[in-house]
Amino acid sequence: MRIACPFCGEREVGEFSYLGDASPKRPRYTVDDGSDPAALEEAFYDYVYLRDNVAGTMREYWYHGGGCRSWLIAERDTRTHEFKSVQAASGAGASRAALPGE
Amino acid sequence: MKYSIFSLARAAMTGHRGWTRAWRDPAPKSRYDVIIIGGGGHGLATAYFLAREYGIRNVAVLEKGWIGSGNAGRNTTIIRSNYMLPGNVGFYELSMKLWERMEQDLNYNTMVSQRGIINLYHSDAQRDAFARRGNSMRINGIDAELLDAEQIRKELPFLNYSNPRFPIMGGLAQRRGGTARHDAVVWGYARAANDFGVDIIQNCEVTGFQRTNGRITGVETTRGPIAAGKVGMAVAGNTSRVASMAGLKLPIESHVLQAFVTEAIKPLIPGVVTFGAGHFYISQSDKGGLVFGGDLDGYNSYAQRGNMPVMEDVCEGGMAVMPMIGRVRMLRQWGGIMDMSMDGTPIIDRTPVDGLYLNAGWCYGGFKATPASGLVFAHLIARDEPHREAARFRLDRFRRGAMIDEKGQGAQPNLH
Repeated sequence: MRIACPFCGEREVGEFSYLGDASPKRPRYTVDDGSDPAALEEAFYDYVYLRDNVAGTMREYWYHGGGCRSWLIAERDTRTHEFKSVQAASGAGASRAALPGE
Repeated sequence: MKYSIFSLARAAMTGHRGWTRAWRDPAPKSRYDVIIIGGGGHGLATAYFLAREYGIRNVAVLEKGWIGSGNAGRNTTIIRSNYMLPGNVGFYELSMKLWERMEQDLNYNTMVSQRGIINLYHSDAQRDAFARRGNSMRINGIDAELLDAEQIRKELPFLNYSNPRFPIMGGLAQRRGGTARHDAVVWGYARAANDFGVDIIQNCEVTGFQRTNGRITGVETTRGPIAAGKVGMAVAGNTSRVASMAGLKLPIESHVLQAFVTEAIKPLIPGVVTFGAGHFYISQSDKGGLVFGGDLDGYNSYAQRGNMPVMEDVCEGGMAVMPMIGRVRMLRQWGGIMDMSMDGTPIIDRTPVDGLYLNAGWCYGGFKATPASGLVFAHLIARDEPHREAARFRLDRFRRGAMIDEKGQGAQPNLH
């Protein structure tokens, strides 16, 4: 597998490390924000443990530790290892956390 | 036909032309009491124990390819019960006891060879951790022996003892561990289950579930619909795919694990050896090839093949602990798809869908578990309650915070 880093060009997969599925969103939570504790617990359970485990095209996080040290979001077919796209992941983290049920 | 020295001698007299098929190749019936999806070791063992222990013989095992074509034929054939945590210890020891009597039970030569397993340690901290594991095993009546460097040197003189960064300081041995012939395990269970009347149906892929009022009442397959009282899943890396047909989302990711074998050489390695400073383990097959492996590739995959960085990593581990391995040529390399659970421990439980039972999350420890997995899964399906030794392998343990995380890695499946 070779990954086309948007900053460094096509590099060998050994330069990258893998975080996993990019689709789970961390539930938005602040102390005493009035959200239903049961719904929040359910949302966190889903976020931490449950995975779609897609057989097909999957959006996923890669980290280019052996290069520009950027977090990337790639679309890759898990059946063939073919990359469809690779983009910078800036702004994909906690700032886009979801409300329960979102 | 019962296999024995006499049947062998009789067949030898007639040029080995008298052997008959070991199992039938039936067309699917319209209905079974129990359908097992997945004709690997676990699925076939489940069917065998359903028939033998629980008297349920109207059973079909559905396999999308040929039996044993998945991970049952792709593993590195190691058997052991050197686990530490409650929930695992009893289960894997039950499995070891079943391995020890498997050939008599099945009347089949599965080449179970208790040649021992030694996990090497390379630091004081690792020695303490291994001593703790060994103590946990011994408290539970499992054999474990902590060896020092001199004992290791005597038993395994070919290892690298001059590695200053990761010196071999000793090892934890389980003498009852060893290897078995993986294909023979599949064939042995298939033959024994077939003798009880179980239908083994190959080239029959499940494409959907039939449901009545929410309850599973059968499966759709590439060979037509088949009704069932209960359906059990034992499909390893394809667990999420099959479960999604029933609307389930599971705490599982599918990852690729590679394994390797060298050309055959004369007997060299007496048992199984694992390198504690990298992830590398090795044994020698009865044919003479050195069988070895290491880490997962680390990314989600259904492709049954891996990539170069892990091959390099595994070979570096091999060269570090056993430099002579550099003189043999690699013969083959392959990949299998592991159902990695979120805590590294299997799930054997009912599902939220009535009539559907789950046997999954084996990570890369499924082969050694084959007989016990079959027994406890059959128990679950027959009795609708977990077997005593699998009582903690529940699907809801993640929600309850009752994980069994042997490596302490947390909910990151590619690290287990």
